[in-house]
Amino acid sequence: MKRLFFSIALIAIAVFSNAQSDKFAGAMQAGFDKMKTAQSPADWQSLAATFERIANAEKNQWLPYYYAALALSTQGWMDQQLDKDANSTKIKELCKIADGLTTDPKDKAELLSVVNMACTQQMMVDAMSRWMTYGQEAGKALQDAMQLDPSNPRLYYLQGMSLFGTPEQFGGGKDKAKPLFEKALALYESANVKPMYPDWGKEETVKMIAQCH
Amino acid sequence: MKQILLSLCLLFSTGIFAQVTISGKVTGARNKPLQGVSVTVKDSYDGTVTDSTGAYSFSTTEKGNVTIEFSALNYNKYEQPITIEGANLIVNAGLKEELNELNAVTVTAGSFEASDKKRAGVVLNSIDVATTAGANADITSAMKTLPGAQQIGDQEGLFVRGGAGYETKQFIDGTVVNNPFFTSVPDIATRGRFSPFLFKGTVFSTGGYSALYGGALSSALILESIDLPDRSAGNASISPILTGIGYQNLNKKKTASWGVNYGYVNLAAYFNIVKQKPDYFAVPEFNNGDANFRIKTKNGIVKFYSSINTGNLGLRRPDIDSAVLKDAFGLKNFNWYNNLSWRETLGNGWKMNLGFAFSKNNDKLSQEIQDSANIKALTPNQPWITGKNFNFDITQNFAQGRAVFEKRIKGLSAIRFGSEYIYTDVPGTYVQFDTSVKQTLTDHTAAAFAEADIYLSTNLALKLGSRYEYASIIDASNLAPRISLAYKLAKNEQVSVAYGTFYQKPENQQLGFSTAFGFTKSTHYIANYQKTSNDRIFRAEIFYKEYDNLVKTLPQFNNAGSGYAKGIEFFWRDKKTIKNLDYWISYSYLDTKRDFLNFPEKLTPNFAAKHTASVVMKRFVTEWKTGFNFTYSYATGRPYYFFQQDLNTGKVNIADQGMTKDYHNAGFSLNYLPNLGKQNAKMFWVLVGSVTNVFGAKQVFNYNYSYNGVVKEPVGLPAPRFYFIGCFLSWGVDRSQDAINNNL
Repeated sequence: MKRLFFSIALIAIAVFSNAQSDKFAGAMQAGFDKMKTAQSPADWQSLAATFERIANAEKNQWLPYYYAALALSTQGWMDQQLDKDANSTKIKELCKIADGLTTDPKDKAELLSVVNMACTQQMMVDAMSRWMTYGQEAGKALQDAMQLDPSNPRLYYLQGMSLFGTPEQFGGGKDKAKPLFEKALALYESANVKPMYPDWGKEETVKMIAQCH
Repeated sequence: MKQILLSLCLLFSTGIFAQVTISGKVTGARNKPLQGVSVTVKDSYDGTVTDSTGAYSFSTTEKGNVTIEFSALNYNKYEQPITIEGANLIVNAGLKEELNELNAVTVTAGSFEASDKKRAGVVLNSIDVATTAGANADITSAMKTLPGAQQIGDQEGLFVRGGAGYETKQFIDGTVVNNPFFTSVPDIATRGRFSPFLFKGTVFSTGGYSALYGGALSSALILESIDLPDRSAGNASISPILTGIGYQNLNKKKTASWGVNYGYVNLAAYFNIVKQKPDYFAVPEFNNGDANFRIKTKNGIVKFYSSINTGNLGLRRPDIDSAVLKDAFGLKNFNWYNNLSWRETLGNGWKMNLGFAFSKNNDKLSQEIQDSANIKALTPNQPWITGKNFNFDITQNFAQGRAVFEKRIKGLSAIRFGSEYIYTDVPGTYVQFDTSVKQTLTDHTAAAFAEADIYLSTNLALKLGSRYEYASIIDASNLAPRISLAYKLAKNEQVSVAYGTFYQKPENQQLGFSTAFGFTKSTHYIANYQKTSNDRIFRAEIFYKEYDNLVKTLPQFNNAGSGYAKGIEFFWRDKKTIKNLDYWISYSYLDTKRDFLNFPEKLTPNFAAKHTASVVMKRFVTEWKTGFNFTYSYATGRPYYFFQQDLNTGKVNIADQGMTKDYHNAGFSLNYLPNLGKQNAKMFWVLVGSVTNVFGAKQVFNYNYSYNGVVKEPVGLPAPRFYFIGCFLSWGVDRSQDAINNNL
């Protein structure tokens, strides 16, 4: 009886902790599912809140913080009424917490890619007077990320986007952006994505390569 | 056993299936519904965001005592503890807007902020100052395109709202700049000594400025110097009138930098091509050297800047009292300026700003009457000769120490207090004919000041300040209260009002004759409305000023002068309406009269035009990598007077008066940046071309009268236009692209 009780207790603990990690994976998966159908800025805002709840409940997982930040930056690209400074500040805060929760340079590079987008959005509020500050901050985030993980395709995609959006006279343009998109695509093809890990940007890269012709 | 399992199952299922719904509504200021507020059961996965009506609803499996957390961008987090027992719950919340430096209401009455800070409401940034056409990268000239400032072309300085040029003081990192301009030349405006690129922030206060500053009756130009440079770089400039070379070094750790610059200005070649009205017997020539270092401290920075300028010029004009004689004016100048400042965040809400400035300025002025062969004339003993033959050697020694402490109290509320001490010593030797007069004016001015920023709510801020000053040379003291209030009407829209009294010591020219003076005084009342967005700024401001105890020089030296100024001003800047065009328009209406110096009664001074307006336009054409800048300024005519003193009664009369013609000035400049955006370019260069008064409008600022008042001559520009062409180069390797290129 004693042994039986002990084994039940063991099973219960296993079931419970399993349930706990299942609950995490389940909640994350629910978030990923919603991401596939998210369209409006409000959808992304809601997604960001979802991931932030998971992040704050778990406290030691960097991925939900990452996705909360990513969702906010996606909202940032879409929502022109948004206070970009406040939104970007929040993104950077989330990335900073996440950065403290992982030691893997590859994870840190992923976070820097989101920081890059946050800075870029701040710069675009008033590019003429802000490129000196936020433009440089964005560039530095990307540069640091590339040093941490030169095989992350998203970094090249983002660099390509930055060049694509810069007038040719300022050293940008399609010709400059294309090799970066191609490099990104090659890295996407050979990438081995772990479950729940970032896996965005490939479709966009293909589209951008088409636009570079 | 079965029972145990069953109960375990029950336990789990109840745990999973016992859900309650929590719903409610979230509102912000004035009960407006807030969309996008995140509502969370703290430390759980359960929650949602509010919809456009501020409503939310979600179900949770949490039980017992939990906390519901509401959070949204720019709002303070709000937590509500609740107990979940099984019944559905309604939890409403009202959120308060977060108070931060970017969205907080700030006092804008009287102050134009020009800086690189992120805050909306910044009127101009440093690049704007440098690229304002007609200003030739002179800070003061750029500020003249803002409302409140007069278009004065025959003397340097900012003449603000009926105030004379010397009633505006300039401050760098808190300390006064004693000689901000190159020494005056009769009837010619000189430039400021400092490049706009030395500063990251400028506040041009046209009135009602902070109690932290003093000694200026009308206006304060508060400059904040740049911190560490982005990288090490060399630079050079070449133009027909100036050549320069410099180097700025940033250490590897990016914690310290130093730099040196040298420039040489010579107008000989330029004056050969562009003829000047005065006959320059010594062509203007200047040597400018400066050095700096900046060191990051634990939570602050120590900055040092030092510059040495020497100048030499001499010019000759026909004498107004004689058909054959000429006036020859010579000037040799030496100026040494030093500024050391230390800014530190001390922790626990404390900040410290220390400043020390020292400067020495020496002018050797010579004035003589010459004959047609340009030889010193042996002139008859005529009354008009007095004051036209002299040598004046005058030195101004200036030292200031200053300490300001700030303590954050709650939120953004803060108190600041501090004191400063200014030492001035002005020895001079005046030689007329063979009589030599030596004089020294020495003054110790001490001041103590305190100011409090009180945020009564997010939308209402109060600034209370007071300043005490004592000046030993006149043995007088004063206490100047200042108060301002700002109220936010809506996002990006606010009103503010300011009141304050301001005191200024009489000028050295007057103190040389008498020190039986008190402080001159002005009282400002200002109301301001401002609406800003990222691309547009609109400001309207009305003011009323009273002047008291102004210096009188005739019939006696005393403080019996007084006056008033009132007006309304508008400013509009827009980067949005016309694509790629950035423009601003300013308009000032000014009604002012004062009785001061030798005025017989209250009169509108020569430096006050009733209507003044400026339009500044900037357009950058990306395809050509060229920026085109255009400025047009207009002012109605200004009064001019000829005063004569009745030698028997001592009474001063207006012997003649009139109005100058309207003032028109169109300036144009372009900047060509061929290397813009070129990656890995080792050299970056800018080609600048500019011309002032493009259409050659005849500008008359004033009239000079002969001794007997029979002859009058307009005071205009030394040449109708001023042309500038120059090339500015810098070398500095930007390594930001390396990592990217290495991986391709």
